[in-house]
Amino acid sequence: MMQTVLAVTAVILSLAAAGAIIRISRGPSLLDRVLASDVLLAILGAALCIDMAVNRHLNNLMLLVALSVVGFIGSVTVARFVADRREQANES
Amino acid sequence: MNPEASVVDNVIDTVSAVFLVAGALMSLAAAVGLLRFPDLLSRMHAATKPQVLGLFLLLAAIGLQLRSWWVWPVLLVAWIFQLLTVPVSAHMVGRAGYRTKHLHRELLSSDELEAVVQKAAQSARDESSRDDESDGGRRD
Repeated sequence: MMQTVLAVTAVILSLAAAGAIIRISRGPSLLDRVLASDVLLAILGAALCIDMAVNRHLNNLMLLVALSVVGFIGSVTVARFVADRREQANES
Repeated sequence: MNPEASVVDNVIDTVSAVFLVAGALMSLAAAVGLLRFPDLLSRMHAATKPQVLGLFLLLAAIGLQLRSWWVWPVLLVAWIFQLLTVPVSAHMVGRAGYRTKHLHRELLSSDELEAVVQKAAQSARDESSRDDESDGGRRD
């Protein structure tokens, strides 16, 4: 049964990753791209979780936490710089 | 193995399989929301699904599959860490989106930030006009 679950979730996550990548490439603004790449990171984390659950190990857990740290720092930094640039543009 | 234990085993396997598929469907829902929703704020609504509920379901499935008690605190720590960082980054992205006007104003049902922004702009204007007056008085 676990092999079936693995196949089903692999298909679902591939479709989800394709959708997120389409939004990254199309996204009208920078913030849309940041949001979509955050979702892509969440999908990668979901793939790591499913690997751990199906194969019954905990090797990827630290990788999962590191992944969420990377997503956090990345989106906060980009949001900060977007705000700064637009403010200066308005003042000038 | 006695038959009772294998029945329990099957039930645990089924529950964790359901959790895994549901958690993966959260990711798919987020991707569909990213593609279909019209502006940044509604896309942010869709994007939080796999980050919180999806991760919770998948971590619960890991805990069920490993069949031991000591993993649950570790998984809980991983989930709480995600729960602490996601609102902060969502707040920052939403704030930047509001400031740079990446939203469809007609889709908002209420805008409580508008009043605050107006008030801050008003007080800034008062401040600058008072400065101008005092400067002019000194010059005269």
